[in-house]
Amino acid sequence: MLMTKTNSRTALIALAALAVLAAGCSTPVPLEEKKDVPVETRTGTPAGGAAAGGAQGTPQSQVTTVNLDKSATATVARIVYFDYDSFAIKDEYRGVIEANAKALVAARNKRVSIEGHTDERGGREYNLALGQKRAESVAKALALLGVNDGQMESVSFGKERPAVQGSDEAAWAKNRRAEIKDK
Amino acid sequence: MTPPTAPLNRRAFGAALVAGAASLPAWAQFRVEISGVGATQIPVAVARFRGDDVAAPSLGVASAIVRADLERSGLFRLLDAPNVIDETAMPSMSEWRARGADGLVGGSVSRLADGRLDVRYKLWDVVKGQDLGGQSLAVPLADMRLAAHRVADAFYERFTGDKGVFSTRIAYVTRAAGRYTLRIADADGEAGQVALTSPDPIISPAWSPDGRELAYVSFESQKAVIWVQDVATGQRRQIANFRGSNSAPAWSPDGRQLVVTLSRDGGSQLYAIGREGGTPRRLTQSPAIDTEATFAPDGRSIVFVSDRGGGPQIYRMGATGGDAQRITFNGSYNISPALSPDGKSMAFIARLGGGTFRLHLMDLASGTVTALTDTNDDESPSFAPNGKLIIYASRADSRDVLMTTTLDGRIKARLLATGADVREPVWGPFNR
Repeated sequence: MLMTKTNSRTALIALAALAVLAAGCSTPVPLEEKKDVPVETRTGTPAGGAAAGGAQGTPQSQVTTVNLDKSATATVARIVYFDYDSFAIKDEYRGVIEANAKALVAARNKRVSIEGHTDERGGREYNLALGQKRAESVAKALALLGVNDGQMESVSFGKERPAVQGSDEAAWAKNRRAEIKDK
Repeated sequence: MTPPTAPLNRRAFGAALVAGAASLPAWAQFRVEISGVGATQIPVAVARFRGDDVAAPSLGVASAIVRADLERSGLFRLLDAPNVIDETAMPSMSEWRARGADGLVGGSVSRLADGRLDVRYKLWDVVKGQDLGGQSLAVPLADMRLAAHRVADAFYERFTGDKGVFSTRIAYVTRAAGRYTLRIADADGEAGQVALTSPDPIISPAWSPDGRELAYVSFESQKAVIWVQDVATGQRRQIANFRGSNSAPAWSPDGRQLVVTLSRDGGSQLYAIGREGGTPRRLTQSPAIDTEATFAPDGRSIVFVSDRGGGPQIYRMGATGGDAQRITFNGSYNISPALSPDGKSMAFIARLGGGTFRLHLMDLASGTVTALTDTNDDESPSFAPNGKLIIYASRADSRDVLMTTTLDGRIKARLLATGADVREPVWGPFNR
């Protein structure tokens, strides 16, 4: 109302520019690029395993419970990275295994999927089997620390769902992994 | 208000158009790349068929489809034949001999009263001056291309002695804009149709021997599960969804069972399972990876990949399991075996050090191995049902592409698809 004509024009241009940006954002993007951001630590998943980022439309009366028992699981690293052609868990990931085992032993009703992944080199089916081996090697390590077999399912995506795109060692190293995911 | 927003709106509209283009169905076509063919091509002529340009213009021109099929095979040299010759004509054999043709085909396309098309053709052996006869194919309008491919098949068989595969189909997976689509197309890559589309990966399609069903691995439930889908009706059923991963389906030649890779008992091992699913029967007992099974054409043995000796190598065992014999010995990584329909040769992918994965062919009797390509990212070979061509996935211009090659590696054709990665090709049987 108090805007000068020029000001309102600028505002409109800004709005329209936002619309253009939004249109750009809605361009179809390969799903894995969106959801498989390579993070080693994930923090603050609310109790009940609700998906992160549901900020819009949150009722004002909502109270989010913080359960201290489970916060241990929520803050531990859940990805183990592997060497090329290997399914041996390196020493540096012993801590990741131990923290996850502790959380799963503390909550026997909790179930996880352990997803094995490979880099892009080689055949799809053989890589699927290699990824399965990585997942099972993590499951075995967890079982040795007392996690029930029934709490875990080892599955594989082979080379079908890379964490990062790219055809160099840096990308491959990020993709050779096993992820522990809540079910 | 209008002056500043109008041009910007146009820009927003432009952005929307780009986004729309990316989600268009991938269009595909083969381009032939022939190398070193020499004098082996048979000179032939495909005349214009009477009425073929007006019968079903939206579907293409029958004689042009026949000509393109024969050309793509790499076995024929197509002579100019701009005039119409139909199946009732009596072309002068001496005239065509003078033009250098060994063979000639003519025909016609017309609409029947019930709306179907009548595709007629006649073949001539020009060298012998002989009328080889022809046929009338009455087909639904939508099968015009199929009828033209059948004419090309008849021609191919008369002049090469082998059954043609122009009327067969291929299945493959495209990935574009984060979507995975299982497609079925004519062997020339045209007339593609979508069998399944998903935001999650689809791999390892396999045709049932009767050509009616496709088995494949879908990750739609966030793990590998084997499905079988009826191609015509779209009805699908899970045949293996056990704990862990379920993958690498391979049909037995009688179509009654499949061999699959399951990790339900730990590791990746081979199991036999009925075509409707049920209780799997374990075929291998190894502490290693056993996967990528494929049946010998006689159904009596299974060829598969195992890393029981260290790296992945190809082995053979009886169809009900038992001792396995290693059959690849060159190199440290040999995977993805495909057996020729006569059971005499095996296509597979070998890693040649570093990141080079190349299509090879082994003569099973002698064990002789030859490289069929000079590319670095070959995957997933599959034989045409006449055993004369292999379709495989490769990479070109930073895209996943499909290629076909003859068994001597001399004639290659490339399936071009716009805006999509194309992979996991598998050639269907003669029946469709």
